[in-house]
Amino acid sequence: MKEFKGRVINPGYYKGEAVVSHQGVNTLATFQKSAIAKAKQVIAADQNNPDIFGKNLTGKALCLPQTIGSTTGGMVLEVICSMKINPQCLLFSEHIDSLAGAGVILSVVWEGSDIIAIDSLGQEFLDTVKSGDTVEIKEDGTVTIL
Amino acid sequence: MYEPKMQLTEGQRRILNGEEGDVKAKVMETIVRYGDMFEADRLVPVTHGQGHLVTSFGLSLLKPIYRTMDELISAGLKVDGGFTMDPRPVDFENVKCNPLDRILFSTVLYGAQGRYEEQLKKLGLSGDNAFSCACYFDEMGNVPKKGDILSWAESSAVNYANSVLGARCNRNSGMIDIFGAVLGLVPNFGLLTDEGRKAKWKVIVKTTKKPIPQILGSAIGIKVMEDVPYIVGLDQWIGTELNDETRSYLKDFGAATASNGAVGLYHVENLTPEAVELGDSLLAEGYKEYVVDDAELERVYKSYPVMWKDPDKEGTIAFIGCPHLSRAQLNEWADKIINGLKETGKKKVKCQTVLCTAPPVMKEFEKTEKYRELLKTGARVTYICPLMYTSNPLTKSRRIMTSSNKLRTYSVARYYKDDELLDYIIGK
Repeated sequence: MKEFKGRVINPGYYKGEAVVSHQGVNTLATFQKSAIAKAKQVIAADQNNPDIFGKNLTGKALCLPQTIGSTTGGMVLEVICSMKINPQCLLFSEHIDSLAGAGVILSVVWEGSDIIAIDSLGQEFLDTVKSGDTVEIKEDGTVTIL
Repeated sequence: MYEPKMQLTEGQRRILNGEEGDVKAKVMETIVRYGDMFEADRLVPVTHGQGHLVTSFGLSLLKPIYRTMDELISAGLKVDGGFTMDPRPVDFENVKCNPLDRILFSTVLYGAQGRYEEQLKKLGLSGDNAFSCACYFDEMGNVPKKGDILSWAESSAVNYANSVLGARCNRNSGMIDIFGAVLGLVPNFGLLTDEGRKAKWKVIVKTTKKPIPQILGSAIGIKVMEDVPYIVGLDQWIGTELNDETRSYLKDFGAATASNGAVGLYHVENLTPEAVELGDSLLAEGYKEYVVDDAELERVYKSYPVMWKDPDKEGTIAFIGCPHLSRAQLNEWADKIINGLKETGKKKVKCQTVLCTAPPVMKEFEKTEKYRELLKTGARVTYICPLMYTSNPLTKSRRIMTSSNKLRTYSVARYYKDDELLDYIIGK
């Protein structure tokens, strides 16, 4: 069991499965396919990201450094939140980037989403957590790998 | 009620408190929270009033976006300086589609296009031809000056405006773009600040020939992610003058840095405006170095996955121009196709070939003899975004070829170098 403390972007409690990307997550490439297909779950579709490609992200704690790619990213995140197929938590090892940040705020302010977002968890967090691990997230930004 | 961390003026606080209406308050809350997340100290005025929005496509699933647009319109909000948009998604006249494609594109996928464009007009759309990712082309007329503050999205346009024009804009997401433009205010952080425009990477180009912009940009984007690179050694290959050729090179290079990574600004020594003005004082303390040589570019090129179901079969459609081709690039591609076919003794291109450019560039090109010659080869010119064509799930089984690293990144299109793609098209 290992504990990390990050900055709270949007708070919440969560206990569940982690999916880990060691490289930047391309929001458009990852989520667009499932959103267009009006899927009930997001299956990560970014061919350039072998860490998460083909994995189910809905309801999971997506652990990542940052997001990358098209500036539709924030809006895409808002859409999947409105469809309620989003990862339940976004756990950033680095400072949140502008696209993911916008996506979280748009989702919270305009969609009333309860998506949890914590950033600045540090590189050690990303080096430690593995896909399939159970993580517990508290309102104060504490993330525990169980 | 949200309590801002940044300093707001009395007027801004009144908006946030809802004294100018609930919708404007929500818009302000979004912008303020966005800025607070990045430790912005205040909001600053947008000095280039014309916006650029990334969300140009009326995808049926974007219901939250249309709802928000309706709210803005109902509240009487609009962008006073107008705005351009990314490209329209469909052009049945120039991009051949079968009947099933047509149904999918016009109903299932982009069935909301008409309604969405009506919303955009009410919000300040700058005319019927205002649809291009390269809004900064002279023909498009949305050209900021050095030092201008923008509220734009579209990763390649923001990248170009910051790097080549010396304007100041963060890598805003869709919706943040219009919110900032409606308010005329954006949060002061990141690429708006002198500190945020400093380079954390020195990229040293040590190639033995002019690097292909799409691959060099990809390599740098993958390496530096969202950081600012200061690139030395590139001027020996592309010169020190910002002319049509270098601007086109930087457009394609920058789009690759932005899509393969998250680069919003780069400096090229002796070429881009801030690098010319400030030189290597733009390097941040403790910067890292990345050397790009022939072997590194080859390594990156070889790393691109081929996502075709049957990679051994030949391509069926070629898209060129993502971002949109400049007028000079369009002329050059037309020449290469026309002359290449003469060389190979063939009359027609080997596969469906589509050149993408901005509507005003296309309209001018259509008046030329070269356009008529190009049409005879079977190649077509369009104003669409090829990425939006590839959003159609039916296209996944088609073997799409492209010389755009951005299109490769976001689709199952296979990347070819310009020369390789040309050779295929002309049957060499």
